[in-house]
Amino acid sequence: MTESSPRRFNEQAADALQNVELQQALNHMRAGFVQRRREAIDRLPEFEGLRDESQAIKNHTLDHLDLYLEAFEKKVTEQGGRVHWAKNAEEARRIVLEICRAVDARTVTKGKSMIGEEIHLNAFLERNDIKPIETDLGEYIIQLRNEMPSHIIAPAIHVNKKRVAESFREHHTKLPADRTLESRVDILAEARSELRGRFVAAEVGITGANFLIAETGTSVIVTNEGNGDLTQTLPQVHVVLASLEKVVPTLEDATTLLRVLARSATGQEMSVYTTFSSGPRRPDDPDGPEEYHVVLLDNGRSALYGTDFQEIFRCIRCGACLNHCPVYGAIGGHAYGSVYPGPIGKVLSPALMGIDNAGNLPNASSFCGRCQEVCPMRIPLPKMMRHWREVEFDRKLNTVRARWTLGLWAFFVRRPGLYRIATRLAVGLLSRCARRRGHFRTLPAAGDWTRHRNLPAPQGGTFQDRWRKKRLDR
Amino acid sequence: MNSREAILGALRTNLRRAADGGEGAKTVMKRLTTHAQNLIPMRGQRDLSARVALFEDYAVDAASTVARVASTEDVPAAVAKFLRAHNLPTKLVRAPDPRLDAIPWRRQRILTLEARPATENDAVAVTGAFGAVAETGTLVLTSGNTSPTTLNFLPETHIVILWADQIDPDYESQWTRLRARYGEGMMPRTVNLVTGPSRSADIEQTLQLGAHGPRRLHIVIVDV
Repeated sequence: MTESSPRRFNEQAADALQNVELQQALNHMRAGFVQRRREAIDRLPEFEGLRDESQAIKNHTLDHLDLYLEAFEKKVTEQGGRVHWAKNAEEARRIVLEICRAVDARTVTKGKSMIGEEIHLNAFLERNDIKPIETDLGEYIIQLRNEMPSHIIAPAIHVNKKRVAESFREHHTKLPADRTLESRVDILAEARSELRGRFVAAEVGITGANFLIAETGTSVIVTNEGNGDLTQTLPQVHVVLASLEKVVPTLEDATTLLRVLARSATGQEMSVYTTFSSGPRRPDDPDGPEEYHVVLLDNGRSALYGTDFQEIFRCIRCGACLNHCPVYGAIGGHAYGSVYPGPIGKVLSPALMGIDNAGNLPNASSFCGRCQEVCPMRIPLPKMMRHWREVEFDRKLNTVRARWTLGLWAFFVRRPGLYRIATRLAVGLLSRCARRRGHFRTLPAAGDWTRHRNLPAPQGGTFQDRWRKKRLDR
Repeated sequence: MNSREAILGALRTNLRRAADGGEGAKTVMKRLTTHAQNLIPMRGQRDLSARVALFEDYAVDAASTVARVASTEDVPAAVAKFLRAHNLPTKLVRAPDPRLDAIPWRRQRILTLEARPATENDAVAVTGAFGAVAETGTLVLTSGNTSPTTLNFLPETHIVILWADQIDPDYESQWTRLRARYGEGMMPRTVNLVTGPSRSADIEQTLQLGAHGPRRLHIVIVDV
């Protein structure tokens, strides 16, 4: 397993910048997702209106979450399914294990689930002699490579086809060693035939949920491959993993959210398969699972309701914030060292892991604001990162140097007269020192900058002086 | 205290809920029973013939193929033609759907059909649909004794017979039909919204058709 951690963000980010294959993959990604999203939105004049409504639907649901969860549970139970409540990852894993043991499961197929990643389910099942098989192609690839997903909707975005072929040759040992495995077509065909048998053999199928619907006791998954559907149709037992905030009131509300989800994520009008599951197979159904379980995971979330962080639970995991983030685009997902990478992870991970364990993440941002701009749910991600930075400072978690610098800066900005004098002095001094060249090659205390590039010297006075002069001129 | 009570208790405290649910409980009950419609895009709001054309456009954009036939009588020939064009087997598995029973399959002697759920050995499935949505070229498929879900996913080729008047402007119209058929708050075990054949872009962000579900989705629209 690649042992990365938010604590080592700086080293991991530096490594990512040097990784040629990763950089090629990221270049490719940026263009695709951004452009396709733009085109899809341009085709739908009502998109901004749908965003407003989606935001209102989620705000309403989150404000009444306890009541909607109870309504959801009642409806699932009425249809012969069962809802399990898990306070933390350990409890969720134990519930899944008990369900698997009850049917003597040896293999479990899995549709893509970020909750599965969050509770580290695969490693746990393996320790208990149950073989988990990821069936989303991207998830399958990273399972073979023993990695975490590097993107919430494109988990293997960092892997090129040559590396995929290497993993397949290493793991699919029953196939002839001299087979052709050059093109993406070959690779996909091999994945399809390898996994087909697994779908049929598994006793339990585990999926995530994009939405839960309180009105009908339904879980909804959205996929393009159809792997989630085979996972939840063929085995005897279907287990849904979901966090509390996935519930929405009605079919109509889920529909509104679906209209912004695929367009924001991949730029599709609609993902290929949007599947609504309610309870186990009915008495006269010729196929489908005999048991239906929903595991609702809290894992620290309930404590954040009623606080400024409640807004993060509007997230529908479309990945648009990752696709548009200059930091994610430069370093990819693994450098963050947390299950949820990119802007959403910078806010969510400190909440779930504790700020002491994830302190670097809210700092990994240039505050350009694109994440908030493209977020279909208009989550104020930069504001929330800033909030974590404040918590970090209050709890004295930053480095001594960062605290000292911030303290010094705070001292001056609270005294505007002194600040003006000090900045004038500094600007004057710096521009005099660099008069001939106009830039510095080295400067004390600015080594992190000048190691990579020259530091331009200030010219023409402080910002405040220039601003005042400009106003007078007008 | 069990986990259910602990989680709900924490939510109730943090959301400042009254002990009996208060006003919130009434608001929630009302929202669930009225299931009001939200903003619906204008795109699908057209008369039937324009709707069918829009459905066809979006279905084709999503890599489905579409054939139009004048009547139910013409379906077998359209299916045989599609199979021939793609060099596909003529042994088909089909849904035990009364609407499909009524199709004169024998007119195409080359076709053999078995009505049952699919297994992993079946190559081509033929099903009906609960309905369809013009807005995005989406099929609505429901599970039930006349429509096994495995037919929608296991075979490499899925052929759907759709009657033109099943094509609604939007998803909301389909939910209204679902409630009329199954009752308020009730759903069949599975409702699949299907927009095109299976695909994956997980290898180098490049789209490939036929990941785990069908490689081909062919829709035969019967005019009414």
